[in-house]
Amino acid sequence: MRIPATQDTLPNGLRVVLAEDHATPVVCVNLWYHVGSANEREGRTGFAHLFEHMLFQGSAQVAANEHFELVQRAGGTLNGSTWLDRTNYFETLPSHQLELALWLEADRMARLLPAMTQEKLDTQRDVVKNERRWSVDNQPYGTWWERLPALCFPPTHPFHHSLIGSMEHLTAASLDDVAGFFRTYYTPDNAVLTICGDFDPAEARAMVARHFGEIPRGAGKPPLPDVSLPPTFGEWRRDVAEDAVVASRLFLAFRIPPAGSTDWYTASLLGAVLGTGEGSRLPKALVREQHLASDATAFTFDLSKGSDLLVCDVTARPGVEPARLEAAVVAEVDGLIRDGVTAAERERALALLETAWVSGLQSVGARADKLSQFATYQGDPSLVNEEPARHAAVTTEAMTAFARARLGEKNRASLLYVPRADASTEAA
Amino acid sequence: MNAPARPAPGVVRSYEFPVVHRHALANGLRLVVAPMPRLPLVSVLALVDAGAATEAAGLEGIATLTARALSEGAAGMDGATLTARFEALGTVFEGSADWDSSVARVTVTRSRLDAAFPLFAEVLRGATFPEADVARKRDERLVELQQQLAEPRGLADERFSGFLYSATDRYARDLAGTARSIARMNAAALRGFHAAHYGPRATTLFFVGDVTPEEASALAEREFGRWSGGTKPASMAAPSAASAVRRVVIVEKADAPQSELRVGHIGVPRGHPGYLPIVVMNGILGGLFSSRINLNLREKHAFTYGASSLFDWRRGPGPFLVSTAVKSEVTDRALTEILREINGMRAAPPEASEVALATDYLAGVFPIRYETTNAVAGALAGATMFGLPEDWFSTYRTRMRAVTAAQVHEAAQAHLDPTRLLALAVGDATVIEGPLAALGLAPVELHSSEHDPAEA
Repeated sequence: MRIPATQDTLPNGLRVVLAEDHATPVVCVNLWYHVGSANEREGRTGFAHLFEHMLFQGSAQVAANEHFELVQRAGGTLNGSTWLDRTNYFETLPSHQLELALWLEADRMARLLPAMTQEKLDTQRDVVKNERRWSVDNQPYGTWWERLPALCFPPTHPFHHSLIGSMEHLTAASLDDVAGFFRTYYTPDNAVLTICGDFDPAEARAMVARHFGEIPRGAGKPPLPDVSLPPTFGEWRRDVAEDAVVASRLFLAFRIPPAGSTDWYTASLLGAVLGTGEGSRLPKALVREQHLASDATAFTFDLSKGSDLLVCDVTARPGVEPARLEAAVVAEVDGLIRDGVTAAERERALALLETAWVSGLQSVGARADKLSQFATYQGDPSLVNEEPARHAAVTTEAMTAFARARLGEKNRASLLYVPRADASTEAA
Repeated sequence: MNAPARPAPGVVRSYEFPVVHRHALANGLRLVVAPMPRLPLVSVLALVDAGAATEAAGLEGIATLTARALSEGAAGMDGATLTARFEALGTVFEGSADWDSSVARVTVTRSRLDAAFPLFAEVLRGATFPEADVARKRDERLVELQQQLAEPRGLADERFSGFLYSATDRYARDLAGTARSIARMNAAALRGFHAAHYGPRATTLFFVGDVTPEEASALAEREFGRWSGGTKPASMAAPSAASAVRRVVIVEKADAPQSELRVGHIGVPRGHPGYLPIVVMNGILGGLFSSRINLNLREKHAFTYGASSLFDWRRGPGPFLVSTAVKSEVTDRALTEILREINGMRAAPPEASEVALATDYLAGVFPIRYETTNAVAGALAGATMFGLPEDWFSTYRTRMRAVTAAQVHEAAQAHLDPTRLLALAVGDATVIEGPLAALGLAPVELHSSEHDPAEA
């Protein structure tokens, strides 16, 4: 199974990825800008994400909130999201509405600033502050997403700071910041445009040329601060967070090579051995056998610059001492290092990944996002098709060797949530 | 640089919902097959007519716990072995229950269907419910409930139902059971539930994906042809409201930076003949991003990250509710705006363009919703659960586009009732109590987060 995809570059630098599939009369337009929270300047944490909100506030020919309305009237779905080093925007529509999505994306790429006002910025700033309250401040364990990167990346590193941003920095954001960020990063040569689904390639190319062809190239973007780091933490880092929670929760992170590298696939498969599916090591030991945890998983952040993180995420049962939780998780990791990975574990992980891979091909939206991802990070969207083979090429020996080299005591970061005294009494 | 004008749509390309084949085995088990041969993937779903709504008093949550414990033992294998077998086939056995049914499902690649389906069947038919694993599943459910009640959103949802329905109604208690009812569960109870409710006459089996009706039929006949037992469950009593008048309730959460707001009343059953106009009405009110409530609370006032409304569709009358999380200081103003929008929906028919927004969206998005085998299996199961006509999906878009502004207005007047709204806020009482009382909607009732009206 392959996603057939072509990639062309317009004279203004916009890369255009086309992937035809006529199974259903739907089409996805997916646009990745190669900018994220890592590109924020000092004192402006949260700005990349706030900016994403501003992109739905209209452009020269589109009124505020009309972007949502027009796509929904056309029978489509849409959204955007911000990550450490990219921001994406996507619309999935009935295929005869393809050009509407291209027009909307082009109008805001070419002509956002005439529509920006202080009032819109003030409104979205407050919306984002409420998003922060909702997802971080008023949510058990909600701060993990800020504390874990802060623990794992040094303060000067672009992945260290908060993606959603601090209230203070959100307050400080100005219209000048909006204009500067737009001119620097929202340029065709800093973007990948993927069209996936039911369309005619010649027609689509003509539409893209019509709507995007004349948008001028940018002046270039400032380089990210150095993202390179030693291969391991060199120590066991620890952070303990008291929170209004009923049970302890441990995030145990390991520094691993960046997404896309051969060793990353080894780490990714090892992560599945540890924490994908109830039969993987962590849930089997901690949930099923020892009754210490209610939930146990492992995942990677999928960072493609410098280094990535493999994270074990285990929530204790209420009443289980935090130290006991940590010892039990560590015992599983140590066991993996000691005993190595078995052939059955590797087969199990590969089988689950294979089903997930085929399932993920079903929707044009998921496929388009993958193509944009590989075009942005690896330069070639077709490399997405190598993913199953690259996972399958990982041997048990390679996983065991990786575990011994990278999951040991000198490459661990523990973020441990413990119930605040009053909260734990409540739970008892 | 010229700015190209907004383009006109191209030529509409035809769409057909997958063709559905139906067949029944001699023992009464119904088979529904929807081929989607585009990718080598098959979703298998068993829908059992054993939902939470008809659980006996004191055994609330047994449908969920039974479904969750199905794969803890069968065919001479323990839970760990079964899990390993399914995962080696690249799949996971998922057991769950809803108000009106229990569901088991797996999704496998085509080449593994022949190995996975017998295992799926063994678990569904012959689950053994080992005592120790049932105890663990029971404890995990108790933990889940604790975690849910520690979350402002989970607490708000839970308490909204508790205050809305009369304490004797099943709907007043959590779908998956309460601390008190779950504590009573044991292996014998689950075995009894399984024996009484899981059987061929209560089960519909769905195959969706890269499979032919003949293949599915042969697999079903081989694995389920000799299955017997199980009866249909009793019908549920009609739920009633805890209060006939408006109520304002605060569930205290000290120092909360936001209030989780839930505003609504008992809605209508899924089988209501006015279903489509109600769906459109709700879409305009709060069901879409571009709905009145979201544009008001989020884009106009910036009170929230998002606000929405829904009718929770069940065989019985589930709740109608508006949900949002707003900055504590504006809780009263947010409630006022929600009431304004509910009243406005009743006061006059919506604009034609609003009706078109909702109907064009709901009709247009249909093919996007059903791109995956899992989504189609789930939709077909829902249609069976609610007894919808067999042509429901093939005619849905036409019927949706025929909904009129007059019908929507009628639906609002008939099914939104501001005089019996329950407004519940999980939040900081020291900040929100005074302003909420000053609205004069109803006396403000203050409760601790521990207080469960359904268990009191």
